[in-house]
Amino acid sequence: MKKKLQVEAIAHGTVIDHVPAGQGIKILKFFQLSAAQERITVGLNLPSGDQQQKDLIKVENTAFDENQANQLALFAPNATINVIEDFEVVRKFHVSTPEQIKAVFACPNSNCISHNEPIDSNFYVRHQQQEIKLKCHYCEKTFDRGLFSELD
Amino acid sequence: MNNPLYQKHIISIPDLSRQELELIVDTAQSIKQQPRPELLKNKVVASCFFEASTRTRLSFETAVQRLGGSVIGFADGGNTSLGKKGETLVDSVKVISSYSDAFFMRHPQEGAARLASEFSSVPVVNGGDGSNQHPTQTLLDLFTIYETQGSLEGLKVAFVGDLKYGRTVHSLTQALSLFGCEFYFIAPKALAMPDYIIEELNEREITYSLHDSIEEVVDELDILYMTRVQKERFDETEYQHIKSSFILRANMLEQVKDNLKILHPLPRVDEITTDVDITPYAYYFEQAENGVYARQALLALIMTNEFGAQ
Ligand SMILES: [Zn+2]
Repeated sequence: MKKKLQVEAIAHGTVIDHVPAGQGIKILKFFQLSAAQERITVGLNLPSGDQQQKDLIKVENTAFDENQANQLALFAPNATINVIEDFEVVRKFHVSTPEQIKAVFACPNSNCISHNEPIDSNFYVRHQQQEIKLKCHYCEKTFDRGLFSELD
Repeated sequence: MNNPLYQKHIISIPDLSRQELELIVDTAQSIKQQPRPELLKNKVVASCFFEASTRTRLSFETAVQRLGGSVIGFADGGNTSLGKKGETLVDSVKVISSYSDAFFMRHPQEGAARLASEFSSVPVVNGGDGSNQHPTQTLLDLFTIYETQGSLEGLKVAFVGDLKYGRTVHSLTQALSLFGCEFYFIAPKALAMPDYIIEELNEREITYSLHDSIEEVVDELDILYMTRVQKERFDETEYQHIKSSFILRANMLEQVKDNLKILHPLPRVDEITTDVDITPYAYYFEQAENGVYARQALLALIMTNEFGAQ
């Protein structure tokens, strides 16, 4: 018997797969995918072979650039990105954590100089005991992922 | 060839290599032994205090004057047109760096010195940015340790008091860990060394241990670095208990090693009783004096090629 797809196939676009269950909604919010005009299909708590459950996001007519894909790693370090053209997967890649993230997050330290000067925020990504942490280039403080409101 | 610090910014201790730290310490010693009143003749150094810090400012300004340079600047940025007209730090820095050959700055916000270094055309020295870094304090501590021990290598160093908020303790630990020193952290639980420093030490496989009282380890030490425990952080009974374990008295020094030296970034309140001052181990006032030599060394290195050039 053929496996039945749980989420409708798309003609052109991007499928983000192997997102840990619970992270799908956060990713939507972070990338403000829902604000775009394209059709988005989201699967939550889908069965998965290697994970207990997973989320999955399909965005039509949209290709993720490498920078976006890497930012995705902050939510879903094992996500795979499938680029779809004419219902075929033409490219498939794993996200990888970026070394540096510029102009994306505001520094959680309210006394950091980056808040009131005409500059981009800048963080170095650190791996500490399986955890991803971000260290601010300016105030030199290291923060847990959970401290960034953008990642919540 | 230039010395490795020529025209460099001094923002944060982890930016400096072991060789650069050694060069600063050697230069401080050379300037202490042989003053160089002409070294910065005709150079202008700006002293930019966006918040007041009298002792740090006097120490920097003395260093410039002792090297024959001139000082321009301000002592409290909040009270100048810089603070009042709402100009960005970026714009202030562009202007200040066009007037001077180097500048040092103190600012209430973390990261201010790093930001300044990115927009300045002359070297910037961080004189303290909020709760973040105060690298010249660490450099004077290193110089003082070197001066009293003849080496920075493999020393047994204890830190006592507020290890959580004490930024000088954090940077000094980072610097000394480049020299294979062994650490003893003596602090109330609520003021223990922060995790990020402990993790760095673990990564570098540095030996350290945690203790509840000075007496447990004092006889083994080369350097005993005391800091102030702020009363406000505890309730009264808790404070009385803490006080007894983290105060240094002369009678605790009967069995210590001859070369032990006691340091303190000052000002002290009551964490070192005054009977310690007359023991041969007290070195905190000399340490404060060394602040000027360490800052002279730093300015000499970033502004001239007289020392350490290869
Ligand atoms: Zn910051």
